[in-house]
Amino acid sequence: MADQTLPIPSSTQIPRAGTAAFMEWLHGWVVTVDHKKLGILYVVYSLFFLVVAGTEALCIRIQLIIPNNHFVTPEVYNELFTMHGTTMVFLVGMPILFGFATYLAPLMVGARDMAFPRLNALSFWLTAFGGILLYFSFIGGFGLYGMGSAPDVGWFAYAPLTAKAFTPGHNTDYWALSLIVMGFGTLGAAINIIATTLSMRCKGMTLFRMPLFVWLMLVTSILTLVTITPLTAAQVMLLIDRYLGGHFFDATAGGAPIIWIHFFWIFGHPEVYVLVLPVFGIASEIIPVFSRKAIFGYSAMVAATVAIMFISLSVWAHHMFTVGMTSVSNAFFALATMVIAVPTGIKIFNWLATMWGGRICFDTPMLFAVAFVFQFVIAGLTGIMLAVAPWDWQLHNSYFVIAHFHYVLVGAIVFNIFAAIYYWHPKVTGRMLDETLGKWHFWLFLIGFHITFDPMHVVGILGMPRSIYTYEANRGWNSLNMVISIGAFIQGIAVLIFVWNLIRSHKHGKIASNDPWDAWTLEWATPSPPPAYNFAVDPVVRSRRPLWDIKHPNDPDWKYEQ
Amino acid sequence: MTILFGKIRIMPRRPGLLSIRLWTLLATGFFLAVSPAWAVRPDQIPNMFVPASTPAHEVYYLALFALTITGAIFVVVESLLIYAVVKYRARKNDPEHEPAQVYGSAQVELAWTVIPVIIVIVLFLTTARIIFAIQDAPEPHAALNVTVVGHQFWWEFRYPKLGIVTANELHIPISSQQHPEPTYLKLLSADVDHSFWVPQLGGKTDLIPNHPNEMWMDPETAGLYYGQCAQFCGVEHAKMLLRVYVDTPRQFAAWVRNQEQPAVDDPSVAAGRHIFETEACANCHTITGTTAHGTYGPDLTHLMSRATIAAGAAANTPENLRVWIKNPDVFKPGAHMPAMQLSDEQINQVVAYLTTLH
Repeated sequence: MADQTLPIPSSTQIPRAGTAAFMEWLHGWVVTVDHKKLGILYVVYSLFFLVVAGTEALCIRIQLIIPNNHFVTPEVYNELFTMHGTTMVFLVGMPILFGFATYLAPLMVGARDMAFPRLNALSFWLTAFGGILLYFSFIGGFGLYGMGSAPDVGWFAYAPLTAKAFTPGHNTDYWALSLIVMGFGTLGAAINIIATTLSMRCKGMTLFRMPLFVWLMLVTSILTLVTITPLTAAQVMLLIDRYLGGHFFDATAGGAPIIWIHFFWIFGHPEVYVLVLPVFGIASEIIPVFSRKAIFGYSAMVAATVAIMFISLSVWAHHMFTVGMTSVSNAFFALATMVIAVPTGIKIFNWLATMWGGRICFDTPMLFAVAFVFQFVIAGLTGIMLAVAPWDWQLHNSYFVIAHFHYVLVGAIVFNIFAAIYYWHPKVTGRMLDETLGKWHFWLFLIGFHITFDPMHVVGILGMPRSIYTYEANRGWNSLNMVISIGAFIQGIAVLIFVWNLIRSHKHGKIASNDPWDAWTLEWATPSPPPAYNFAVDPVVRSRRPLWDIKHPNDPDWKYEQ
Repeated sequence: MTILFGKIRIMPRRPGLLSIRLWTLLATGFFLAVSPAWAVRPDQIPNMFVPASTPAHEVYYLALFALTITGAIFVVVESLLIYAVVKYRARKNDPEHEPAQVYGSAQVELAWTVIPVIIVIVLFLTTARIIFAIQDAPEPHAALNVTVVGHQFWWEFRYPKLGIVTANELHIPISSQQHPEPTYLKLLSADVDHSFWVPQLGGKTDLIPNHPNEMWMDPETAGLYYGQCAQFCGVEHAKMLLRVYVDTPRQFAAWVRNQEQPAVDDPSVAAGRHIFETEACANCHTITGTTAHGTYGPDLTHLMSRATIAAGAAANTPENLRVWIKNPDVFKPGAHMPAMQLSDEQINQVVAYLTTLH
């Protein structure tokens, strides 16, 4: 049914030559409002910046490979870690996950596009221009002094270090403005996803029959609407302080730098969940398919997600145990943070139960997803350690924290991003990624990941603080730092293999069938790649796994689902 | 376990139960084994698991308690995962069939909700007890007060009751069972956010403009403890190092006596003193008994009583002082100390003067 094509004339059918063809092609991508093309743009944009920010991380690790190294100056080092953090969160993490959702959500709910296709395009281009603005600071940052420089105040940019008195020039302005611009892009994407999931679902697709990925993106988008707002407000206050004589954060005029810390983490902690909830969704799609079982406890998964959303709004000050809050506040935020482990634990147990009794196939997507579960358990447990407020007085701002959040951001999120790309690449491009290269990529990345981030816990316990461009030779941190740096390069090699795999499969990849993984959600009912209109006939579903029902007419899901 | 039911006192500590001792030994052994710690003198490693003061000890025991709980969860959950992955993997000669479809179970969901809730309650109550015990410990009468002011990129220490001002190297007395004398720090900032962290003596507390903070410590062993600024504060954040000398009562008394003296006035180095007073040095530095009253940089009245200069970036030797005055970028590019543009002869005279300031 889905293979039928409508007689709509398409520009690709008119043969053109040379430059004209290229311009036509380019024009098609720039003016597109098709959710699939925009999704691809998001992902390609993010992968580009993943390589850029990864390179920045490698420069950081070269600098720290031995004590008192002179690979970069302190100024450049501070720019490197500021840009690495900002890029990975705002130019890689958020756009790639919203990109997946932009591509997949309409397909998964049986719609022909997002609710607001033009807003969709606007959102992507705002995000893209925000990123370009941020990186333009390398050329234009310092302003009148004749040379550029990137923001160097750390990715959380604590006031009053961002005040004109301490960071003259324009690099901090580029940081603030680009975050505002990207924030509007993200808000647009979030509104679009909420509207699409609430109003564009096909016949029979009740809320509780939506694939978990769509559920998770719905919750993520609601959380995004709440959390981007304080970030934007904080950036506006910062710009008022810097240019209009405001004193929000100016202690010399009675302002309170601590206000910035609150605003930033009211955004910043839920932001972690904005990044991690979508990858929970990805894992909840991939693990069942490769275990050959329905997801265990669908409604518990949805309930846990919503619980995480609400609790995550009340934990921000666990980033602030050392700023001198009252003991009662410290206890409250310790409790709130520990409580969030409960719904998170439910999710982990449900993934385990899904695998339990299954017939687990270890294709590359599943390898990444299983490694994700393994690492996310550790990330959650170190998170509990950090929630133990008195211990956090020691661990805060040490390399232990760096290790913890990279376990979340890389061990959980990046692993699942790779899983998602291996899983949906055949649908998006019509070609499979190479399995052998995929396995090389997986194992090298896994080994590199652990060599890098496991010793960071130890070096943090030995007292090494974050954000330092060099360290004393006699603190006992030397060999651990060397090991960490070696691990970083192993990860770098793994990512190169991945990039090569993407490029190679573009021309030489095995042609993918419509449903190469024998999966169950609606996107696999369309051709690979899907036509512009997605579904020739509006699908009708009766369960959470419509393709299972078609493949097993004698044993359909709708007979058993709770 | 003491951690659950014990009562915190600033001084002294009851020796822990055997299990805690054992854990201490195991954990310390583990972290020493995996780290190159044994290769350097142990007191130079700011290892939070080698605590030397009551708050650090309490945090340490709490950390072991948390490690035990999370370690048990780790073993159980990861074992289940590995078991599932091995047991339920697809085998080559398996017949192609779909396994039984299970959609969920309310009882099982309830179980793995309730058990974590119980664990969270236990962990939270333990945590809360230590929060209140450390943070709300009343300040005893005998406490030594020190005001710490964070600067880009150095530490100012003021002893209000003793009238002493010094920099970067904090001297505090040992606090023994017979003579408890904990040190209470008041933490202020002159510019941006900083954070005071000496892991062996306790957790860190931030120095935030317009937001005075407090922390305390009662070290039980004399010696030198290392730490550094733990909140990114600008270009030279990495070289905002921190030394805490824990002195015996006799050492501390001698140190205080020396610090209370006005600066040494040696006529043989009058030329250097004249340069110091008439050039830009005096704008930023104070030397009591001279016309130098600047407060932007460290107080140099007893410069030679300190082992390092530039907040620990270099050893305090005449040669390093010369380099530091001529070109601070050699040790600390981005420090606010300017290159002083003095002639070599002037620098020698100033250094000759500075090296008399014991």
